[in-house]
Amino acid sequence: MGRLKPASTVALLVAVGVIAALALSFTVEGQTPARPAYRAPRTTDGKPNLNGVYQAITEAYWDIEPHSSAPSPVKELGASFATAGGLGITDGPLPYKPEALAKKKENYANRLKLDPEIKCYLPGTPRGMYIPYPFQIIQTPTYIMIVSSYARAVRTIYMTDHKEAPADSWMGWSNGRWEGETLVIDTTGFNDLSWFDRAGNFHSDQLHVVERITATGADHLLYEATIEDPQTFTRPWKISMPIYRRLEKNAQLLEFNCVPFVEDLIYGNLRKPSSSN
Amino acid sequence: MLRRLLVALALAGFAVALVYVAPTMAQGQGARASSGASTYKVPRLPDGHPDFQGFWNNTTYTPLERPKGIDREFFTKEEVVEQMKRAAADEAEQTEPGTIADVHYDFTQFGLDRSQAPLSVNLRTSLIVDPADGHLPPMTEEGKRLNAARAEARKRAGPITDAAENQPLSVRCIQMDRDGPPMLAGAYNNNYQIVQSPGTVLILVEMLHDPRIIPTDGRAPLPSSIRQLEGSSRGRWDGDTLVIETANFTDMFMFAAQGASADMKLTERFTRVSDDTLVYRFTVDDPKVWTRPWTAEVPWKKSIGPIFEHACHEGNYSLTNLLRGAREDEKRAREKKPASN
Repeated sequence: MGRLKPASTVALLVAVGVIAALALSFTVEGQTPARPAYRAPRTTDGKPNLNGVYQAITEAYWDIEPHSSAPSPVKELGASFATAGGLGITDGPLPYKPEALAKKKENYANRLKLDPEIKCYLPGTPRGMYIPYPFQIIQTPTYIMIVSSYARAVRTIYMTDHKEAPADSWMGWSNGRWEGETLVIDTTGFNDLSWFDRAGNFHSDQLHVVERITATGADHLLYEATIEDPQTFTRPWKISMPIYRRLEKNAQLLEFNCVPFVEDLIYGNLRKPSSSN
Repeated sequence: MLRRLLVALALAGFAVALVYVAPTMAQGQGARASSGASTYKVPRLPDGHPDFQGFWNNTTYTPLERPKGIDREFFTKEEVVEQMKRAAADEAEQTEPGTIADVHYDFTQFGLDRSQAPLSVNLRTSLIVDPADGHLPPMTEEGKRLNAARAEARKRAGPITDAAENQPLSVRCIQMDRDGPPMLAGAYNNNYQIVQSPGTVLILVEMLHDPRIIPTDGRAPLPSSIRQLEGSSRGRWDGDTLVIETANFTDMFMFAAQGASADMKLTERFTRVSDDTLVYRFTVDDPKVWTRPWTAEVPWKKSIGPIFEHACHEGNYSLTNLLRGAREDEKRAREKKPASN
């Protein structure tokens, strides 16, 4: 065994470096494994069985980006409507185009007037997945329905009858497919009215969302989404978060028909001044 | 001219529909005897339960209660066909050509009139099948008081243009008769999708994007302290019939317009009697309001999808404009008064 020549040493170091870098990148990738170790129970058609009532546990509904806690914009609600700090669910700062960033800031400043959630409007996608309400997955070979308790928001995932969105909508038009353990949902046909969170993060009607939902255990889903909107962002970006099964014995969606809750807010200024109602 | 052509086309389509639905009429009459000797083999899901999945429509020309002057349970086929033709023509002509209403509500052009829906030819003179006279049973004294109090509260609240809360639930995009339960057809958009996964039946109502989730896994009902506009539903299979029992209503729910109380117990039964017909039969048991339970039956016809997102509240310009118009009228009236003094 002769001593290594200097050139070989360099080559060896480079090789070690490359392997280390690869290993490191693997660790990062490892948070979102392409082939999870967990194999979900199957439905009768042999697909991972995702049926159930779930909910995300994250502060992302306040702001999908990392954020500090902050006081409530409504003084009377004190700490109960104060913003909870959160680590965020995005893969970095949102790559807004300059004019879009200005609009985001304006949205935030006027969020009490502009946030669609305050008016009980449909949450859009992906917001409906981490808004702080449970949702239920009802799975069949041809349709997978995702129903949120919030505002009775419904998403129909077309598993076999794929087609282009026939019209724009709040929740978008979703075509789905299975990639092994992962449900992949491709959604387009959005309007430009929904937001991502209560912080005014927004999108245009060019929004394109590709979600990947994978069971990582009996009671956990990994939710990943790639968000593309060339009108608003300079490049695509990603969301990643766990979703939890609601384990209460009698877990079920309760009615949250919030329209009557916001009528005074929306139409109160048009009430006849002498009206007793 | 165009309008005449459209009406003619609609009526022609209607005639085709009649020929199409004619064979199901025999089925419909068989269904009257519900568990009668039907030869239809219902398709089944892997779990053995009947497959009701797909798109359905419950449009009907038949009124809930039997019309005055009719004392029969059934019309003849000729009578029904004639009534449907007349109603279709009326609906096609219900707006004046050239008016704003005509542009907005051209029922024929936008496929909104009932003749363009998948229709069943229902020979019944009323949807109510029990009591046999086709009418709601007499109201109890308590029921009369409850509904008089409701009417009084509405009167006190003032005209419907005074405040959003004075309007019917449908105008406010809160709940519609299609949503129910019980689910009854309206003038248009009576579209439903049924999705079944083990332990769950989902009835997606297109109107107001309303997903009715009905657990069929034998779980306990909600505690009576939890009240919902749509109540709380639990389903079970009685042979090949899906039976849904619902309670826990609020006092404000849609069916209060029919007089029902929040304590109403509703039992709905779905039976598939042919590839294109589900028989929907519901029984209302509300002893506070009615002296006896009553039952109605409506056929649901196979339709085509998809179900679209009916974001009613999000686009409720009509309610804003109704109220704004009324305030504007009042303002003008006030401005006019001093001048005339």
